[in-house]
Amino acid sequence: MLAAQALKRVFMSTIEPSRKRGFRLGQLVYDTRYRSKSIQVIAAIVILVSFWWLGSNIVGNLAALGKDFNLAFLGAPAGYDINQTLIPYDNRMSHGRAAVVGILNTLLVSFLGCIAATVIGILVGVLRLSDNWVINRLAAVYVEAFRSIPLLLWIVSIFAILSEAMPQPRDFRGDDATASMQLFDSVAVTARGVYVPRVAFTNSLSGNEAVIPRENLAAVASGSADWAIIVATIAVGLVVSLGIKAFVDRKQIMTGQRPVTWYWLAAVLILPVLVALYVLGATVVQPYLKGFNFTDGIFIRKSLFALWLALSLYTGAFIAEIVRGGIQSVGKGQREAAAALGLQSNRIMQLVILPQALRVIIPPLISNYLSLAKNSSLALAVGYMDVRATLGGITINQTGRELEGMLLLGLFYLFLSLLISGIINLYNRSKQLKER
Amino acid sequence: MKINTTRILLAAAMTAFTTTMASATTLEDVRAAGQLKCGIHEGLAGFAAPDANGKWQGLDVDICRAVASSVFGNSEAVEYIPVTGATRFSALASGEIDMLARTTTWTFSRDTDLKTEFVGVNFYDGQGFMVPASLGISSALELDGTTVCVNTGTTTELNLAEYFRANGMSYEPVPLETGAEAQQQFLSGSCDVFTGDASGLAANRATFPNPDEYVVLPEIISKEPLGPAVRHGDSEWEDIVRWSLNALITAEELGVTSENVEELASSVNKNAEINRLLGTEGDLGAMLGVEADWAKTIIMSVGNYGEVFERHVGVNTPIGLERGVNALWTQGGLLYSPPFR
Repeated sequence: MLAAQALKRVFMSTIEPSRKRGFRLGQLVYDTRYRSKSIQVIAAIVILVSFWWLGSNIVGNLAALGKDFNLAFLGAPAGYDINQTLIPYDNRMSHGRAAVVGILNTLLVSFLGCIAATVIGILVGVLRLSDNWVINRLAAVYVEAFRSIPLLLWIVSIFAILSEAMPQPRDFRGDDATASMQLFDSVAVTARGVYVPRVAFTNSLSGNEAVIPRENLAAVASGSADWAIIVATIAVGLVVSLGIKAFVDRKQIMTGQRPVTWYWLAAVLILPVLVALYVLGATVVQPYLKGFNFTDGIFIRKSLFALWLALSLYTGAFIAEIVRGGIQSVGKGQREAAAALGLQSNRIMQLVILPQALRVIIPPLISNYLSLAKNSSLALAVGYMDVRATLGGITINQTGRELEGMLLLGLFYLFLSLLISGIINLYNRSKQLKER
Repeated sequence: MKINTTRILLAAAMTAFTTTMASATTLEDVRAAGQLKCGIHEGLAGFAAPDANGKWQGLDVDICRAVASSVFGNSEAVEYIPVTGATRFSALASGEIDMLARTTTWTFSRDTDLKTEFVGVNFYDGQGFMVPASLGISSALELDGTTVCVNTGTTTELNLAEYFRANGMSYEPVPLETGAEAQQQFLSGSCDVFTGDASGLAANRATFPNPDEYVVLPEIISKEPLGPAVRHGDSEWEDIVRWSLNALITAEELGVTSENVEELASSVNKNAEINRLLGTEGDLGAMLGVEADWAKTIIMSVGNYGEVFERHVGVNTPIGLERGVNALWTQGGLLYSPPFR
């Protein structure tokens, strides 16, 4: 380092006089001090001109077709229905609202997909390193099968399998029913999706009118107020349990003894939630067959399920390889040294291998989360109403605003990607080596 | 700085070039390409579907062939471009296709806001519902609480929403991008109901393994005038497509068929409109900017409207549709062509 600095000083002093002789145009190309700047300026101009050219081309061609650029269509009534709505929506509401419903559906499947893909990826990544030949071969087959076949094929085939293999609601009907509900008649797995029980409250705070879901049951209601209380109880429990952990850590450092705390944690985390549920009068409402279909309970549509499963399995295969690579990147000596200290193998993984492997794993993981979020736009293949299907599909088709719709869609995906990478980068920073 | 100037000049030149490209007329483009790029359905029996030899056949396909006959005197000079319900208008607007004949409903907003120009109606349709006979439903008003398969990006989707809302019924839509997927979901039982244009439902039903197990409900919930469309702003091209369609209808009205057209064209007929249609009198072809015997070529290659209808969707086909409102106005239907004068 010192030698290099000394050299640089010598070099600078030799070229110093040339600057005093004044500036010549040729220096922009031949002088290393200016060359990089002039290249950057030229590049910037070229990029700006290309953008200007693209923009004027769009405006010119739109004018030639007699179309304008106008976002007013977002306020017009959408006129179409959406099956899965996380916020209230009906067909008299605006295209903008329909787009938001689609955005929430995209976020839902992306979020669920990222979680499942991570779980699958870590599990399979570790299994691929297993000493058991059968297990590591099985994991390898899974990885190769899923990452070698296009995602769209997986989505469509999972959807088709669910359509053909599962019973229809009508098969549950009558005395000679060919299908029956699972788990004490609480879950119905049908070719249209899975119906699971929902939780409602007899003493609901939501202000919604309580309704009797079925004969012989108490009137129930549920609303955001009820769930806010439960989530708040859990949050308080988590904060207190973190406090307990800090206290125990301190005690371990001071005395070398780690007190047994699982019953404290149970008391703090579980008991308050149970009390809250009891006070609110939580009741399980089961789905049941009525008319053409099952009703009540929570309906997890086949389209959501197929899309989620395909996205998770597909991305999980890539994550498995990243996890395997990350673990293998930690030197063998680390494991041996930890073993020599007498640590058990799961503690070695937890305390020595994973913290080092995570630094390698997280950056490529971000790319995979981004792919998953963007791949969720294949949803239309199975009729899942994500933002590509609402704003980018039906709305564009009904209003003819392709350019505006596609630009908005592009902006949404850009924002979503930046958000995901931002969040994970924060986590990444906390896992990086900290130089002090 | 020299480089930058060159770049800007280059960019300016390219912009100018693209603008020139866009100003050629559709007719010139079609003639230059040597064939008509016609947007059709990606597969709907009776309207546009490949036959056993891989050749596209159907009511809409014959409109494409009629237009190609007018322009080139050759009904085979067509490149068929299957477009989905969702991509058809962009395909037309971008010039990917020269005309659209894909069971497309003529609506106010499509005509005005989407900048498409409908030249007429080649099939009067209406939206209906199909259900499995085993459900025991006889009216669309009994469909409350059903799951409905619908082709997304169509007027069907909007009519469906309006009909159920107007009748205070709820339903679960299953939107699917192509008719084939919708059909598969319906057949597997994932939807109770399949909705679409009544003719399309009949066409689909004809291709089912057991057509008798499905019924089309009597209610028709919408007006669906299906017609060929062209881009807004090129009236010359619009006229060619419009009068190619009208020639089919007028030919049926005047009793000109693919069998007698040769004979009628070789002699002078008492009915002067036949002479004008077939180009033996007057110069209608020149007014349209095509050959004098343009309509004769159309009728020789595809027949008149009645022949086209009977060949693809009529009672003797598996689809088995009656003429109904698609009969000529002289026979109590709605088909009516302005006179050839």
